[in-house]
Amino acid sequence: MTHSTSNSNPPDEERRGLLKWSAILLGSLATAAAGIPIVGFLLGPLRKRDDQWTTAGKVEDFPVGQTRLVDLQNPLHGLGDGDAGKIAIYVRRADEATFQIFAVNCTHLGCPVNWLADAGLFMCPCHGGVFYEDGSHASGPPPRGLYQYEHRLEKGDLLVKLGHLPTLQQPG
Amino acid sequence: MNTIKQIWDWLEHRLELRDSLWPVMRHPVPAALAKPVGWWYVFGSMTLTFLMLQIVTGICLAMVYQPTAEDAYASLEYLNYEAPFGWLMRAIHYWSATGMVVMLFVHMSQVFLMGAFKYPRELTWLVGVGLLAMTLGLAFTGQVLRYDGDSYWGVSVAVAAAGRVPWLGPSIVHFILGGEYIGSETLSRFFTLHVFILPGLLFSLLAVHLYLVVKRGISEPPTPGEPVDKATYHEQYEQLLEKGIPFFPHALYRDGVACAMAVLIVVGLAVVFGPKGPGEIPDPTLIHAEPRPDWYFLPIFALAALSPPSMETFLMLGLPVIGLGALLAVPFVAGTGERSARRRPVAVLTVLVSFVTLMILGWYGATSPWSPDMQAWSDAPVPENIVQKLTPLELQGAIVFQNKCCRNCHALEGSGGHRGPDLTDVGSRMNPDAMVRQVVQGGGNMPAYAQQMNSAEVEALVSFLVKLRPEGMPPAAVPSAPAETLAAVKATP
Repeated sequence: MTHSTSNSNPPDEERRGLLKWSAILLGSLATAAAGIPIVGFLLGPLRKRDDQWTTAGKVEDFPVGQTRLVDLQNPLHGLGDGDAGKIAIYVRRADEATFQIFAVNCTHLGCPVNWLADAGLFMCPCHGGVFYEDGSHASGPPPRGLYQYEHRLEKGDLLVKLGHLPTLQQPG
Repeated sequence: MNTIKQIWDWLEHRLELRDSLWPVMRHPVPAALAKPVGWWYVFGSMTLTFLMLQIVTGICLAMVYQPTAEDAYASLEYLNYEAPFGWLMRAIHYWSATGMVVMLFVHMSQVFLMGAFKYPRELTWLVGVGLLAMTLGLAFTGQVLRYDGDSYWGVSVAVAAAGRVPWLGPSIVHFILGGEYIGSETLSRFFTLHVFILPGLLFSLLAVHLYLVVKRGISEPPTPGEPVDKATYHEQYEQLLEKGIPFFPHALYRDGVACAMAVLIVVGLAVVFGPKGPGEIPDPTLIHAEPRPDWYFLPIFALAALSPPSMETFLMLGLPVIGLGALLAVPFVAGTGERSARRRPVAVLTVLVSFVTLMILGWYGATSPWSPDMQAWSDAPVPENIVQKLTPLELQGAIVFQNKCCRNCHALEGSGGHRGPDLTDVGSRMNPDAMVRQVVQGGGNMPAYAQQMNSAEVEALVSFLVKLRPEGMPPAAVPSAPAETLAAVKATP
């Protein structure tokens, strides 16, 4: 067997060069052909889906001066989500025309805050964050007031825009 | 018998194990390992045994477990109550995971204290740190696969913390969740991580780790006054091995005994205590969940509650990275020199301080005194012996105290929340003016109740609080609030 030495004949060397470059070129093509779709698939979830409007209930269902926990279907829910496709929100009707819609997720680390109606406070069971009834920060570690969702009144319905899990850099 | 030998010879002719595996099994190890000190060398094997147990029980569980948000909970219930031995597989998987994390820390501490990470075994240590990271990753993802309320809100907490990363936070959140919210995609991702990605990475690292253990040889028990010197170590170690004993069977027997004990203990714990959970249904509308992480992450849970707000994000996101970085730096900082713990006081102190810190934080995490006791206002009545001596106004105050959920943060005679001070004797340390101010304005960690109570309620409440003092002790005359606060209050008309 002759290896590439100075006296090997030119056609052999040419053939080896061709093979080498074919291997590199075809290899790169093959890697890209399989790799690009794989990376694309993995990065798929980075594509954002916008929150959607959904009906939280009839306006008259919410008594003035009260805060209520409302269970809804997450408008973004998909196949196989089961109960996880649900979403809970707090609806506060401050007066006849003023609503506040709070996320249940504590602004500290996302645990579910509880509304204690008699005390007029939201309390978080994880690290002791407390919020006033208007959602503003009362005490404990949360860095800000409760997340609020965009909402509007339409034909006697209360509509709320939601879907994503609110976090500090992506509030309601 | 002859047939067995024939088969063996046929295999051996092709595999040539006598040339490859057998010398590895028989490789010499320091003779000292045959002495009682050899028991210090079993922890790595015990960790490995637990890993094997995890693989086998994990494969069993994966045959039944449904990694979708819709069915995961039901499949856990099915494992617990219907599948033959399903409960035991879940229990062994949980207790063996616990054993693996415990033994990993014991193994690391032993290697650190006996200076086994020093030259020429630095890389073995570095790969070991990678194994630690993978194991903790598996612990967290495994906890998520036990898809219940704790799991659901645990992901919520992890994502809330990850969401604080500057700039990239929202993208990281999306990537972890596989979408906009915790749903089926999220669970599938954690399943993939737990079952394919992390074990794959762990096995690769483990292969390198074991290769290095054999290639670099098991470290000899350290002797005080015999430091590691790069120039002479190899020669000394070779000399030591000349008088060494073969790894198989001498050292392996000790490993065998320890590993068998480990398995017996874990299976025993699994049989006695059973599987963990699943707890409450993972439903985002069941907001009365009080999520707690598995024990491995209680120190981090505590850190999130106890750190000052200004440093919180740094401690949550930075400390784990710094911790891993510090472990990776160990062999570069102290790669040579004394190996014996008797000559390394700083090393001993580091281990002690680390373990004490982790245990205190873990204890705080388990008891979480900073969390309000959410049911105390209705579940923990004002103790009878207090109620008996109250006037009608004071009784009214006791009702206000319960209804306004003061009890969720303040204990009476030890029962109730512990976020604020126990108020059993508050009447003897705070005067009425200070109480009114504290209730109305809040302060410290207490919310202001000005909007939540009318003046009659405040009056009743304070008259009740004043009554809370030991028999025969007069009410406090001097407020206990700090002087500067008082001055500030007086200055404002």
